[in-house]
Amino acid sequence: MSVLLSPATGRVTDFSGGVLSAQGVSAWFGSNKVLERVSLDMPAKTVTALIGPSGCGKSTFLRVLNRMHELVPSARLNGEVLLDGEDIYATGHRITATRKRIGMVFQKPNPFPAMSIADNVVSGLKLAGVKNWRSDRDWIIETSLTRAGLWKEVKDRLKEPGSALSGGQQQRLCIARSLAVEPEVLLMDEPCSALDPTSTRRVEETISEIREQVTVVIVTHNMQQAARVSQQCAFFLAEQGTPGGIVEVGDTEQIFQSPVDQRTADYVNGRFG
Amino acid sequence: MTDQLDFRENPQEANAGILPVAEPDHPRATKSRTQDDLFSFVGAVAGALALDWLLYTKILPFSGTLGFLVLWYCLFLALFAGATAVGNPSQVVVDRVVGAAIRGAAALVFFALFTSIMFTFVRGFPALTHLNFFTKDMAGVRPTDALSRGGILHAVLGSVIEIGIAIAVTLPLGVGTAIYLNEVGGRFSKVVRTLVEAMTALPSIVAGLFIYTILIVMLGISRTGIAAAAAISVMMLPIIARSADVVLRVMPGGLREASLALGASKWQTVRQVVIPTVRSGLATALILGIARGVGETSPVLLTSGASTYTNVNPLQEPMNSLPLYVFSAVRSGEPEFIARGFGAASVLLALVLILFVITRFLARQKVGKR
Amino acid sequence: MTILIDLGQTPLPDPSGVDEDRPRAIDPALPRVDRIFYAGARAVGVLVLLIMGAIGVFLGVQSIPTFKRYGLSFFTQNQWLPERDILGISAVLLGTFTVAVVALAIAFPLALSVALYISEYAVPRIKGLLVSMIDLMAAIPSIVWGLWGFFLLQPRAINLAHWLNVNLGFLPFFHVDTDPNAPVWAQSRYAASAFIAGIAVSMMVLPMAAAVMRQVFSQAPLGEREAALALGSTKWGMIRTVVLPFGRGGIIGGTMLSMGRALGETIAVVLIISPSFDIKFRPLEVGTSTVSALIAGRFGEATSAQLSALLTAGFVLFIITLIVNTLAATIVSRSRSGAVTD
Repeated sequence: MSVLLSPATGRVTDFSGGVLSAQGVSAWFGSNKVLERVSLDMPAKTVTALIGPSGCGKSTFLRVLNRMHELVPSARLNGEVLLDGEDIYATGHRITATRKRIGMVFQKPNPFPAMSIADNVVSGLKLAGVKNWRSDRDWIIETSLTRAGLWKEVKDRLKEPGSALSGGQQQRLCIARSLAVEPEVLLMDEPCSALDPTSTRRVEETISEIREQVTVVIVTHNMQQAARVSQQCAFFLAEQGTPGGIVEVGDTEQIFQSPVDQRTADYVNGRFG
Repeated sequence: MTDQLDFRENPQEANAGILPVAEPDHPRATKSRTQDDLFSFVGAVAGALALDWLLYTKILPFSGTLGFLVLWYCLFLALFAGATAVGNPSQVVVDRVVGAAIRGAAALVFFALFTSIMFTFVRGFPALTHLNFFTKDMAGVRPTDALSRGGILHAVLGSVIEIGIAIAVTLPLGVGTAIYLNEVGGRFSKVVRTLVEAMTALPSIVAGLFIYTILIVMLGISRTGIAAAAAISVMMLPIIARSADVVLRVMPGGLREASLALGASKWQTVRQVVIPTVRSGLATALILGIARGVGETSPVLLTSGASTYTNVNPLQEPMNSLPLYVFSAVRSGEPEFIARGFGAASVLLALVLILFVITRFLARQKVGKR
Repeated sequence: MTILIDLGQTPLPDPSGVDEDRPRAIDPALPRVDRIFYAGARAVGVLVLLIMGAIGVFLGVQSIPTFKRYGLSFFTQNQWLPERDILGISAVLLGTFTVAVVALAIAFPLALSVALYISEYAVPRIKGLLVSMIDLMAAIPSIVWGLWGFFLLQPRAINLAHWLNVNLGFLPFFHVDTDPNAPVWAQSRYAASAFIAGIAVSMMVLPMAAAVMRQVFSQAPLGEREAALALGSTKWGMIRTVVLPFGRGGIIGGTMLSMGRALGETIAVVLIISPSFDIKFRPLEVGTSTVSALIAGRFGEATSAQLSALLTAGFVLFIITLIVNTLAATIVSRSRSGAVTD
């Protein structure tokens, strides 16, 4: 358990918790079932990579994990998602509180265009109605940007609009924005698919650094990326006309070097998908 | 290691290390226009002018500047086509002629816009030079009286009050509807959207007639500012709701998701992400809707009554407004009164121009300077 | 190389599951502020629906007595003589269409040219300015276009009308019922016509069409444009093969949208035309009437029965513009360019 302390106000940031577990998660869009009884444990302080061909339900699964799934009007689901042992879908759990604890970074960088870089970083605190953060504003901005590996590049241009940054910097700004609300889990939906190789490497470095503090679940199509950043790996597959599910879960090393299932072996060796 | 993108942001510094600095490296101009293009064009213009002059003054029984210009342009197109055809394939001939025709037509449209504005101001100028035109109303002034008597204060005040009430009604409802359609949604919202879109087809005179029938004929309320404001509101509400809806609809959905994923409530997302993001577009749409409401004559023609005195109470007695004043002034047939009408039209046009400049200003506003 | 997956191999989800997998009910768990927000937004939506719906229903209900009393003759009768109980809208409907057709005949080529000019020919630096100018043109009050048409355009347009009658008078729609070759031609026969009103209306509706067209043209895919140019096409060749086909929906839709506006335009028409209720399609000739001009001219003296007839005329106009607008919207959204915008 690590603790960050604000020098100005003695604000304490606690990095405990963050054990995420999906239990028998199924998901539908209308009558079309896209996920079938997926169970997966995502331990704290671990990067879990979700791999698999397109359309196998990885992104849907990820969106189930912080209740973004239900934003689609026809979307429904079954099963439970436990955060530190409690079902986030249980009655009485505020949806906004859940999403604050489980952050998300999207495929396309999406900083708020109407806000400056600094305002983007603290936007989550403002939006989620966190109390008493304003006295720590500068510290939060610096810490979050540093954790996202962006501080050095933008510290002199914090008042510029977020959209003035390059794609890779924008994505790291979005990571900083998510980290600022101090989530226990960070979900990343192909965060590098819109980025160039250099920016991709910077984001991967960022992921490795924040793993100490946050549970990370990342969807990726890039096998090398999964091998580089993750400790645990889950292979999703949806066969013709059936909902998606997990074929194999294991340590990243084991999945890539000695997969049990033939289909996993074929996929990680690039023979299909 | 340096981020790749730093190179792009600071090209000189980056280049300094790569290229030996011999002489400043300027981009070279690339021109797609050939000498043939230029000479054909100039030749056709000059030739057409000469031919036009010949035809117009010596051969054909025509007169008038307008006809001269039109004929010049037509002759120019013909000569331009002919000159091009000498040394070029037919595709190039068509390309040049169509290009010239399109440019000419576009110029004609902008010329018409220019004339409409200039004409109004030039004809309105005699009235605008009198200070009393802005500070007095028409009470006790006869249509034949000189411009040094009376003014349009009552119409300006009436316009401001009427549009003010209409804004107070339609802005919250229109923007609220757009927010409902885009941020709340549901099956019922499709009905609302269809109906709002349908009502944008409502001719403004029918909106006026509707309010006239309901308020004035059926409920027996006399012609007042509030009736005019109601008619303007009925006309403006669908326009405002629709344009706000269009603006909100193009807002990238990713930003909403990003905000919700941070733990924001829907309300906070709308207030702090959606509205600020579309603010300038929304303001532009709203102001254009307001400009439309200010300038529209037909709703007020039926509902407000045309007072000659200043009346700032929208609930009692008739209230004049700028478009209505212009309309009755130019129909009077009295030269002095028509001049007043043009003066009032200039004021109305200036009002619309100011509103329009505000929209451009808002649209250009960037983030960070708040 | 792709390896086909053997479907016989253990399927991923367990089909022999005993308990049926059904979606569970989820508590939306909205914060209180959101519940208030949703309720408020829905209330606004319902309120607007009621207001708008009430107008439509009112117009429809008001029309019933008129239709009952005059029946089909309401559409075939051309005179509007309340004192003799003869009411019909055939002449004004024809006049409305005449003005709209003239307006479109002028506005369409000009709007298309302006849109093409802005999206294809203008240098990038002035594009933004030109787009604003078109927006400004749309914001100019109709009364100003009325003044422009009546005082500036009319004295010049009657010469053009005369010229058209003299030289092309054999075409029925350029014919004017007067002796065109009289030594002193009758100027008043060419004034206050649907033609002049149509020109003023065309300036009013042109920006709307031009804006829609320009928007779809600017969305024509860069790849296809470059492909055409890379084949050695001229600029016009590229426009004809790529931009115009891509923007066809926008061209048709934008034109129809402006037609909807042209049909309902009142003030400019009232200022210019002199009312007449003849059934004729001679746009150059003095006198015509439109539905909206009829309403503007007759509402003041109307008894309640006549008012209901005027409302019926307005209702018919509304239905026509509604159909035109709906068709326009459908065409725009069905077209390829519409699919990109939405």
